[in-house]
Amino acid sequence: MNARSEHAPIVEMRNIEKHFGPVIALAGVSVDVYPGECHCLLGDNGAGKSTFIKTMSGVHKPTKGEILFEGKPMNFATPRDAMDAGIATVHQHLAMIPLMSVSRNFFMGNEPVKKIAGIPFFDRDLADRTTMEEMRKMGINLRGPDQAVGTLSGGERQTVAISRAVHFGAKVLILDEPTSALGVRQTSNVLATIDKVRKQGVAVVFITHNVRHALAVGDRFTVLNRGQTLGTAQRGQITPDELQDMMAGGQELAQLDDALGGTV
Amino acid sequence: MADTATTDERVKEMSRLRLSLMRPELGGMVGTVAVFVFFLLFAYDSGMFAAQGIMNWSIVSAQFMIIAVGACLLMIAGEFDLSVGSMIGFAGMMIAVFGIVLDLPMWIAILITFVICVSLGALNGFIVIRTGLPSFIVTLAFLFILRGFTIYIPQTVENKTIIGGIRDAAEGDWLAPVFGGKIFTGFFQWLGDIGVVGVFERGSREGQPVVDGLPMLIVWALLLVAFGHILLTRTRFGNWVFAAGGDAEAARNSGVPVNRVKVLMFMFTAFCATVFATCQVMEFGSAGADRGLLKEFEAIIAVVIGGALLTGGYGSVIGAALGALIFGVVQQGLFFAGVESSLFRVFLGIILLGAVVLNTYIRRMITGER
Ligand SMILES: Nc1ncnc2c1ncn2[C@@H]1O[C@H](COP(=O)(O)OP(=O)(O)O)[C@@H](O)[C@H]1O
Ligand SMILES: [Mg+2]
Repeated sequence: MNARSEHAPIVEMRNIEKHFGPVIALAGVSVDVYPGECHCLLGDNGAGKSTFIKTMSGVHKPTKGEILFEGKPMNFATPRDAMDAGIATVHQHLAMIPLMSVSRNFFMGNEPVKKIAGIPFFDRDLADRTTMEEMRKMGINLRGPDQAVGTLSGGERQTVAISRAVHFGAKVLILDEPTSALGVRQTSNVLATIDKVRKQGVAVVFITHNVRHALAVGDRFTVLNRGQTLGTAQRGQITPDELQDMMAGGQELAQLDDALGGTV
Repeated sequence: MADTATTDERVKEMSRLRLSLMRPELGGMVGTVAVFVFFLLFAYDSGMFAAQGIMNWSIVSAQFMIIAVGACLLMIAGEFDLSVGSMIGFAGMMIAVFGIVLDLPMWIAILITFVICVSLGALNGFIVIRTGLPSFIVTLAFLFILRGFTIYIPQTVENKTIIGGIRDAAEGDWLAPVFGGKIFTGFFQWLGDIGVVGVFERGSREGQPVVDGLPMLIVWALLLVAFGHILLTRTRFGNWVFAAGGDAEAARNSGVPVNRVKVLMFMFTAFCATVFATCQVMEFGSAGADRGLLKEFEAIIAVVIGGALLTGGYGSVIGAALGALIFGVVQQGLFFAGVESSLFRVFLGIILLGAVVLNTYIRRMITGER
C-alpha cells in the first residue's frame, strides 16, 4: 500500500505562496505527491485549496516557492504546459461545456486531426468512436457521441472529465471537489473511479471538504487552513475527528462539535 | 459504435422530431421553406421568380450572408461586433481615399484597406480580451468612432460626403474585378440564346441576356459560407470556437487558446465587412459616408434566425446563411409584391422575437435545464 517507499515523488510543491494583490491566498504550502497514491487535500471553503492546485496546473504562477515535477524544477506558464507534462486537472465548476457534445468536450483542446489534401481536419469519426468506447468503459451509456454534456448528471460529467484526463495520459490527476455537488450514489461512483485510476499508477490529488469522502479513498491527507498546511498525515495515523478538527482550525470546532453532538 | 443494445432506462428515447429539433439550422430551414411558399403563392406573377427577379433577391441575400458569416462565428465564439455597419462605411471610404484622393492603383487601395480594417478588428478583440469588458460596449464605441471618421475624412479632404469615380479608377485593375466583376458570362449568354434567360429586345444591349453573369458578390457569399461552415464543424479551430463561446474559463483550463480564437474571430468579422464594402464600392462606383447603416443589427438578426444563441457556444453558419436568405427574399419580395416597405421592419421584429424564443426553448432541451 505504501507507494512512498518505492518511488520518488512525482510532484513536489515547496513553500508555495500566492498573493492576489493584498490577499494572501497561500502563505507557504508544501505538499508532495507520489505515483499511485490518492493524496487528499482537505480544507474549509476559502482555505486556498483551489488556488493551490491552480499553481500546480499552470493556471496561476506562484508568487513564491518551487515546483518540482519528476525531480526537475518546473515553470508552467499555461495550463497547456502542465497538461503536456502530464498534469491533468478537473476544475471545480468549469470542467465541461454543457452545450457541446460529449465527444467535442472529450477532445476539447486535444482534437485529433486527419489530413485531407494537406489540410488538417478534425477527425470526428475517430473522436466519436473513442468517446463511445471510453464512456462504455466507465459505465456511461450515451445516446450517441453528439449527446450534449448538459444532459448528463453531475456524477457522469465528473466521470467524463476524469476518463478524458486519463485517456490523454495524465500522470497526475487533480480533482477539485468532484463530489461536492453530488448525491450519494453518484459520489460513490466517482470515488470508485478515483480508486480505479489510482490503481493504474496515476497520482491523484483529491480535493474535498468532506472527511468521509477523503477517508474512503485517500492514502494521505493534507489539511489546508487559511492558506497554510497543518501537515500531512498517513492513512491509519489519523481519525476522522482529528481531520475534522484540523480543517476548522482546532479549538473553535471542539465547542461546535459538542453542541452538535459530533455530527458535523 | 457497437453495443447499442445496452441502453440506460433513465434516458428517455428521444423522438425523431425532438432530435431533429436540436439542430440549430432548423428554424432557418423551416423559415426558408415558409418564405418561398408564401411568395410563390402571392407574388409569383410579380417577376420575382424570373431571371432578373431571382438575381435581385440573390444579390441582396448574398450581401446579408457575407456579414452574417462573420457575425455568426463571432457570436458562437461568445462575442458581438456592433461596429460592422460602420466598418462597411469606413472600409468603402478608405478605398476611395487611397484610390481616388491619393490616386494609388486600385489594387493597392483595396489591399491597404483590408489591412487597416482587419487590424481594427484585431484592436476591437484585443480591447475586449484585455479589459474583460463586454464586446457589446467596446464595439459600440467603435460604431461611433468609425462612423465619425467616415464622415469627417471626405468632408475634410474633398468637402463632400460621397467620393465617386471609383469605377473609372478601377478600369483595367487586376484586383477590383475580384469584387466587382461577374463570372460565367458565356454561360449566361448561352442561357439567353436558348431562351432560358430573357434577352434585351432592343437598345444597345439587344440580344444580350438580362442577367449577364454571376456577380462576384454572390461568389464571395458562397465561398465565405462554405469556408465558415467547414471551419466551424470540421476543424480543431472550430471546436475551439464553440468552446470559447460555450465557457471561456473551461476552455482555457483545457488548453484552448481562447484569446487567440476571439481576436481572430473579430478580425474575420472585420474581413467580411470589408469584403461587403469593397463589392459595394465597386458596384456603385462611389463610397458614401452613410453606407452600411444598421448592417450590424441585420447581421446579428440573420444569425439569430439561423439558430445561434446570443449567449454564445451554439449556432450554425448554414443556419445564418439561411437567415440571410430569408432576409433578402422577404425584403425584395415585399417590394415585388408592392407591399409598403416599412412593413419589412415589422416583419423583422416579429421574426426576431420568434427566433429568440425558439432558440431559448431549444437550448433548454439540449442542456436539460428547466
Ligand atoms: N483570482 C483571485 N483573485 C483574488 N482572490 C482570489 C482569487 N482566487 C482565490 N482568491 C482568494 O483566495 C482565497 C482562497 O480561495 P480558494 O483557493 O478558491 O479556496 P478553496 O478552494 O479552498 O475554497 C479566498 O479568500 C479567495 O477569495
Ligand atoms: Mg475551491
